Amino acid sequence: MTMDQAYSWLSATLRLSTPLIFACFAGLWSERAGVVDVGLEGKMLAGAFAGAAAASLTGDVRLGLLAAVAASLALSFAQAWAEIERGGDQIVCGMAVNMIGAGLTAFAGAALFGEGGRTPALTAGERVTPVVAGLDALTLAAFAAAALSAFALARTKLGLRVNAAGENPGALDAAGGSVRATRHIAVAIGGALCGLAGADLSLAQAAGFLPGMSAGKGFIALAALVFAKWRPGACLATCLLFGGLDAVAIRLPDAVVPGVGAVPVQALQALPYLLTVALLAGFVGRARPPAAAGQPYRRE
Amino acid sequence: MSAVSGAPALELVGVSKRYGGVAANRDISLSVARGEIHAIVGENGAGKSTLMSILGGLVRADSGAILIDGREARINSPRDAAALGVGMTRQHFQLVDTMSALDNILLGDEGGALLARGRARLRAKLSGIADETGLAIDLDARAGDLPLGARQRVEILKALARGARVLIFDEPTAVLTPDEASGLFRLMKSLAGKGASILFITHKLGEALGVADRVSVLRAGERVATFDAKGLSAETLAEAMVGQRPPPRAEKPSSAPGEILVEARGMRLRGADGRALLDDVSLSLRAGEIVGVAGVAGNGQSELLEVLAGLRRPNSGTLRVAGLDIDFTRFTPAAARALGVAHIPEDRLKQGVVAGFRADHNAMLGRQREARFGGRWLNPAAITRHCADLMARWDVRPASPGLAISSFSGGNQQKLVFAREIETDPRVLLVGQPTRGVDISAIDAIHRRLTALRGAGKAILLVSAELDEILALSDRALVMRGGRIVGERAPGAANARRDIGLMMAGAAEAAA
Repeated sequence: MTMDQAYSWLSATLRLSTPLIFACFAGLWSERAGVVDVGLEGKMLAGAFAGAAAASLTGDVRLGLLAAVAASLALSFAQAWAEIERGGDQIVCGMAVNMIGAGLTAFAGAALFGEGGRTPALTAGERVTPVVAGLDALTLAAFAAAALSAFALARTKLGLRVNAAGENPGALDAAGGSVRATRHIAVAIGGALCGLAGADLSLAQAAGFLPGMSAGKGFIALAALVFAKWRPGACLATCLLFGGLDAVAIRLPDAVVPGVGAVPVQALQALPYLLTVALLAGFVGRARPPAAAGQPYRRE
Repeated sequence: MSAVSGAPALELVGVSKRYGGVAANRDISLSVARGEIHAIVGENGAGKSTLMSILGGLVRADSGAILIDGREARINSPRDAAALGVGMTRQHFQLVDTMSALDNILLGDEGGALLARGRARLRAKLSGIADETGLAIDLDARAGDLPLGARQRVEILKALARGARVLIFDEPTAVLTPDEASGLFRLMKSLAGKGASILFITHKLGEALGVADRVSVLRAGERVATFDAKGLSAETLAEAMVGQRPPPRAEKPSSAPGEILVEARGMRLRGADGRALLDDVSLSLRAGEIVGVAGVAGNGQSELLEVLAGLRRPNSGTLRVAGLDIDFTRFTPAAARALGVAHIPEDRLKQGVVAGFRADHNAMLGRQREARFGGRWLNPAAITRHCADLMARWDVRPASPGLAISSFSGGNQQKLVFAREIETDPRVLLVGQPTRGVDISAIDAIHRRLTALRGAGKAILLVSAELDEILALSDRALVMRGGRIVGERAPGAANARRDIGLMMAGAAEAAA
């Protein structure tokens, strides 16, 4: 590999990891607070669509980013209401968010722009463009979000309460903290991060929105979260690994492995899932989710 | 808040709380002075836990007042309790296992958005408390790694760090080793010596007598007596706790016990944490007798039932059922049933029924493969008919086989479970808490059925937290404590109630 190739692979890795990092840390906040979030995918799509639509309609990428966060937040509020206030099943609510995200964006896209759900192609001023060394502001923001999240979860009052809400909400309640408020805040932070993940897809990686453009990245982020055993540092590393694999897959023709023959690219793309399954099956250490993850809290 | 001079640190005035039709607390008044250790004793269900929940802000009383330092206090949440200087150590510790002891104490009162300052301040404060009281723990250890005694000290420190002046201990020695328990008592005395007021809930009379200044007795939700601990005898206390009523005897013809149907020898069972759950338990059960097993909950009675029913495999010991030696590796609930052992589990909703199922489906659980229910393909009409028949014979109301079992009252659920288990004419009946959560009329019906089954020659093992029930129904009563059978009494014998109470409380091992 030449220097140029290495550089281009590295920069592709960082770009492709960006939405994974945002979505993975979104899941981290939510699940460390005890709220399982399988709705990352739907919120990413909502963010991607709202971002591209607002940027296209206003011509201002900043309004696009704002709209992306707002749309994803709106979905996460609805999700939080069902899950935290009403004690709804978190898997079912998350899947509902995915369906709403996929359906509503395609519908609104078709209604607004009449191009089969796409938004019009965005021009330079309507997109997120590189600022330093070929990296755009969203990529830099993803790393900042990861670092801030790691710091907040370990060293702030909010982080302490989030961890308590996810491990033993009864202890938080007995200590005079509010399980409800803590979980709402964590889910909202997750919602905002998902919006940025979606904005990266439609405003940085592509020039506009395509229905279904998240293409399972929300679930890969969820897999990364499990693979990283809900630890921030490992989350970042796993997202970079999965992003790196994606960067290889895009560049490579079907590789020929001696003795096996041609290996299709899809095998590489399946690796994140295979690794996660191997982890869950106990081959690579043991993944222990937050003890109260998935359980609505009710005082006895 | 300035104290009204001379007022007790904590005073309850006429506190009442009802759950549905049941009065958990009835007009309870008591006071705890500054520096006093006040024990509250009572049997299971006497209302101790409800009282604690009210003081801790988890449950609101229907009526009555709580006064702290002579001023009326409103405690609507744990936060209110902490702000008023009331700290609580619960029976089940409320700690986050994955966090350090320090962070557990910090939680809820962090002192700022960033933890660094709060942690440093708390460390300093805790070292001050350690100097004063000798209460020290490894603050950086993960709470989940600490032994139970140290976990409890984390909870106590949490209360003290928040300036609690009234400390409530709910069954604090339930999970402690004897060594840890005596350490806790020294600590309680030292805290009281420094002016803290302590409310100490226990059912172990010896502990109450050894530590407390005064002892209040709760029975059936009421405070029936308060004694000075000095010069108080365990007998007086036990009598106040269980009452002096003559044992209510169900109409019970004498019956001559027949052959031995169950014989267990030297059964031992260790829990996951290595604690002995059953410790050298031996017993025999004859046809035509009811053997009661009394004891405070959690002393091995549940495990005994589970082992005999094939739900748990003991670590050692032998068991003969109906003359056959049991191979525990193949002793499943189905095998037990095939030998004629029926089991009415203690926890009806977890093990007795499937709460979401219809009554008729519950009525055939465990027998669904039998041909009368249709064999390979279930026959809904046969299932419903079968249930309707059981309902008629056991007077289950409403007699609606299609209704979800959770829509029935506890008593009617229990009748259906009895009907199902007894239908196949078993020889041995293992009965756990037959009347827990059951209304009075159904209690009576179930008691009469049990007596009739005894008359029909069944061997019945009756585990119950209700001493009255054991005294009324049993031919012999065994007492379990700490996984051992510590004594046996004939319910008709003089002082049986008092003796059993003392053995349950561990105040009179020698008397066994």
